[in-house]
Amino acid sequence: MATPLVVSEVFKSFTMHLRDGIRLPVVNNANFSVASGECVVLGGPSGIGKSSILKMLYGNYAVDAGQILVDHRDRIVDIATADPRAILDVRRHTMGYVSQFLRTVPRVPALDVVAEPLVARGVEAAEAKDKASELLARLNLPRELWGLPPATFSGGEQQRVNIARGFITTHQILLLDEPTASLDAVNRRVVVEMIRQKKEAGVALLGIFHDEEVREAVADRILDVAQFSPRKVAA
Amino acid sequence: MTDTPLLKVNSVSKFYGQRIGCKDVSFDLWPGEVLAIVGESGSGKTTLLNCISTRLMPTAGSVEYRMRDGNFRDLYHMGEAERRFLMRTDWGFVHQNPADGLRMTVSAGANVGERLMAVGDRHYGKIRDTASDWLTRVEIGTDRIDDQPRAFSGGMRQRLQIARNLVTNPRLVFMDEPTGGLDVSVQARLLDLVRGLVNDLGLAAIIVTHDLAVARLLSHRMMVMKDGFVIEHGLTDRVLDDPREPYTQLLVSSILQV
Amino acid sequence: MTDLASYNFAYLDEQTKRMIRRAILKAIAIPGYQVPFASREMPMPYGWGTGGVQVTASIIGPDDILKVIDQGADDTTNAVSIRAFFEKVANVAVTTHTKEATIIQTRHRIPEQKLGEGQVLVYQVPIPEPLRFLEPRETETRKMHALEEYGLMHVKLYEDIARNGRISTTYAYPVKVAGRYVMDPSPTPKFDNPKMHMSDALQLFGAGREKRIYAVPPYTDVVSLDFEDHPFEIQKFEQPCALCGARGVYLDEVVLDDKGGRMFVCSDTDHCEERREEGHTGEMPSQEAAE
Repeated sequence: MATPLVVSEVFKSFTMHLRDGIRLPVVNNANFSVASGECVVLGGPSGIGKSSILKMLYGNYAVDAGQILVDHRDRIVDIATADPRAILDVRRHTMGYVSQFLRTVPRVPALDVVAEPLVARGVEAAEAKDKASELLARLNLPRELWGLPPATFSGGEQQRVNIARGFITTHQILLLDEPTASLDAVNRRVVVEMIRQKKEAGVALLGIFHDEEVREAVADRILDVAQFSPRKVAA
Repeated sequence: MTDTPLLKVNSVSKFYGQRIGCKDVSFDLWPGEVLAIVGESGSGKTTLLNCISTRLMPTAGSVEYRMRDGNFRDLYHMGEAERRFLMRTDWGFVHQNPADGLRMTVSAGANVGERLMAVGDRHYGKIRDTASDWLTRVEIGTDRIDDQPRAFSGGMRQRLQIARNLVTNPRLVFMDEPTGGLDVSVQARLLDLVRGLVNDLGLAAIIVTHDLAVARLLSHRMMVMKDGFVIEHGLTDRVLDDPREPYTQLLVSSILQV
Repeated sequence: MTDLASYNFAYLDEQTKRMIRRAILKAIAIPGYQVPFASREMPMPYGWGTGGVQVTASIIGPDDILKVIDQGADDTTNAVSIRAFFEKVANVAVTTHTKEATIIQTRHRIPEQKLGEGQVLVYQVPIPEPLRFLEPRETETRKMHALEEYGLMHVKLYEDIARNGRISTTYAYPVKVAGRYVMDPSPTPKFDNPKMHMSDALQLFGAGREKRIYAVPPYTDVVSLDFEDHPFEIQKFEQPCALCGARGVYLDEVVLDDKGGRMFVCSDTDHCEERREEGHTGEMPSQEAAE
């Protein structure tokens, strides 16, 4: 089975220059991989560095040492050292990310927010919007909201827009940062079903799920992040 | 992903006597890429922008630009005629103050049409059609086509300036604090407009701003400048979410949260 | 006359004439290009044709025959006083007949009579820079000329059409000379623009206050700027000259009374008189024209 995502000996710390330069190590020697069709869930108490790991994989956080290897268009890209252009290309074509919160752009309607990743890949606008409508309908977002910018939506509504946006592409790797946190039971089940379909399509998923029920439903295995935590070493 | 940059900036430095304007700046810019240069007033970001756009001659360094024929040319060794031609066809420059980039005493239509006439368009009807098309794209009613920008609000003027620059389908646009003097709501509209145009047209852009929100919304990549030096450079969300340099951390932590 | 003997021939000293002639030669060599020159104080105010007078003074010789017109007329104040000036300071022959003149100094018209080889037309120019009204910076307009950046000139014509539905510039209508420099033909009506094209005569332009001389040598292309869908046109007059019946000439409107009565007569008085002498008459074969 293909393994599109390999994390090897990754270290991460923050240096807080505004606080006398104190150094906060957050990840020590992370090693793991995610295979196609697999959903790996990052486990462990909050503050242990789960989100930091996802952000490093997505290129959002810099990496101190180690490699994050992504199978991108038949070659291997090391996110830890790739230049910004390469990372953007990986994001456009290979690796998707559903964050906890939607970063809204003024004036862009929800439907366009969702369709955008497809348009960025060169899909016709009409086709992308059809696909976006399908997803928003599936996630039970009231149709009258589709034409409005999501800035004024409730947390749950924004989250569903965010999920639709993350799931619309056929990216081979998908990172999920608590996508179900502010959803009701019905929509949680929709998302669980959507994750199942992604797995069937051979997508490698890596996620954080605090909701136990969802975690049980989607996880193939749970990766205990505590093993990469510098705090564990200290303890 | 094309493998040839559009612009290659090599060790550009500008000194004002003993004082450093900007020092040893190098980067490449690719087609369709938006680069934000951020920093506080006096950090050298506008000096750098002016050097790259050949509005100012640097003390040292070179800038190469890939012309439409695919060949790289050293901008500082180009003749003035050719450079000016480049500036009004393949490039755009959006000034912070729209009055610097517009002709305030000619109509909006003529402001947009000027570049077309400059490259030899001689059909009034077609020029006017193109102008009204562009006014629509920047959300100015076509009924304002014969009004002078003097009668426009600040936001409209800025949108007109953008239309005036984009009408020749440039490949590279320079923007100096494009949202500088505008109200917040007007800013949001302009940012969204610029973002849409940049995406639709596949423009490469270099945007100077002190506003990190502008950088986040518009740019793929950003450079942080301090005292004339580029102190941090990377993917925009990486620089903003995981700033490495003390000054960048200070800058990011100084953003007002709403 | 004797008290004027202390003046040099044609008022200007020879060094000044030489300097102006050099500017004129340069202007002829670069058709349409504005050559700066050290304009002198003349014994008349700026705006009264000091540029034209200096050009005329520099080229005139004892054998020349001078004609001076103002808006086509030989008998208006400006024309009369300049003519008198040269009669005094150069003691040259003067005429009102276009055909006889070797030098014609003009303010705002080109004679109807086709000019011939050997004749020189000297224009009085108030503002030589055609780009001035759109671009106030002299540094910038000079650069625009140097780099042949003339888009702005069409902006002006665009504005005309946008405002009035057609190119409403009727005088000082910009032209391109010899396919290179855009030039202001001085405030002549655009009716006269075609006469500049491939003219047999030498055309010299002098702007005294602005200190510029420019020229159109004989047999030079002079093309009026326009748009494909709004081509250049000259003014057309519905009726012929009320005095001489001439058609296809430039007419002035003359108000006759305070009841709206008016007539249109030739702006070129010499042309009109000649036609009447030949027996042509208009609808008002007038005695008042003979005053």
